Amino acid sequence: MQELFNIFVKSIFVDNMVFAYFLGMCSYLAVSKTVNTSVGLGLAVIFVLGITVPVDYLLNDYILKPGALVWLDPEFADVDLSFLSFILFIAIIASMVQLVEMVVEKFSPALYSSLGIFLPLIAVNCAILGGSLFMQEREYQSLAQATSFGLGSGVGWFLAIVGIAAIREKIRYSNVPGPLRGLGITFIITGLMGIAFMSFLGIKL
Amino acid sequence: MSTVKQEREPLFSAKNRKLLTNPLNIDNPITVQVLGICSALAVTAKIKPAFVMALSVIVVTTFANLIISVMRNGIPPRIRIIVQLVVIASLVILVDQVLKAFVYDVSKQLSVFVGLIITNCIIMGRLEAFAMGNKPWPSILDGVGNGLGYGVILLIVAFVRELFGSGTIWGFHVIPEAFYEIGYKNNGFMILPPMALIIVGIIIWIQRSRNPELIEEN
Repeated sequence: MQELFNIFVKSIFVDNMVFAYFLGMCSYLAVSKTVNTSVGLGLAVIFVLGITVPVDYLLNDYILKPGALVWLDPEFADVDLSFLSFILFIAIIASMVQLVEMVVEKFSPALYSSLGIFLPLIAVNCAILGGSLFMQEREYQSLAQATSFGLGSGVGWFLAIVGIAAIREKIRYSNVPGPLRGLGITFIITGLMGIAFMSFLGIKL
Repeated sequence: MSTVKQEREPLFSAKNRKLLTNPLNIDNPITVQVLGICSALAVTAKIKPAFVMALSVIVVTTFANLIISVMRNGIPPRIRIIVQLVVIASLVILVDQVLKAFVYDVSKQLSVFVGLIITNCIIMGRLEAFAMGNKPWPSILDGVGNGLGYGVILLIVAFVRELFGSGTIWGFHVIPEAFYEIGYKNNGFMILPPMALIIVGIIIWIQRSRNPELIEEN
């Protein structure tokens, strides 16, 4: 339990998706104009990461990694399908996003109308595929660890986008130099937020 | 195929040249279209990985644009995203295997970012915006142009970060020993992720003060 909590906290603060790895920057920059929409997108990312990372973990564990097919037949012990992981992960992500969209639409229309347009966008958000690839690279040991990593990364991304949206709402009233307005100043603020988040690097978990 | 085209329009007409050169400056994928930021920032601590990354992206944009443009009339609009993803993912797998075979150390450094070319918005963005509606040859040019525009920014950022962060260029020491003796120190801060963002911010600043038509309202 302790270990799961450590992975969760580490993936929120120390290995933050946005500030340490720059993942999901495209939608981070495009959708962070107001706090309301960014909360919606952030929630959708937490939701989708929390589902796709464990599913991709199972896929990796039972099909892709070297020797994973032993459960089918001991003959397959030296089959290594890991080169297929990109295409299978993206297929899983695209279909999970579609599935999640349908389920949410059926059971929670209120949530659906608030997430609505963001859900399909998420299929091509690199934070989602990045989450699965990091899960594969870091070799998490159990389904629970992979799940807490996925959820933690989502929460980290949520914090980042809500933070920048709040700052951008305020910065509208400031006198930013012309050429730096919009994109430029957003980049620099993100850099400064990244520096702030680096103070968590010292935490040993 | 190209001979047929030449009769109607020269291979490098003014319009086609624009496709190639615009992304380098006033239509740059990173600083103007805001596409493909994720990977642009993460691989730029050193020039060598940045160069390999830029090359891989050029290859993938070019061929993805070509393939989608050839198939554009046969793709049902409802499932086009899936078709595009499959084409991109297959190209990326090829690139990844080639990198693993020939430059293993760089491919280890790039780690997940080679895989993330799949979700690099430059590629999806150009497929949607250009290749779905244009003939193969302009699409190739558009792919090469956007790949180059991406690569240029990558190399500028990597050059600044490597020079000031480690005192090297492409792994060779360029800052003379004498500097270190009188107290010059490498700026370790440059290696850290946040500096990439700040450098891109400054590039945008410089570019927009030279091209005032790009300045945003707010």
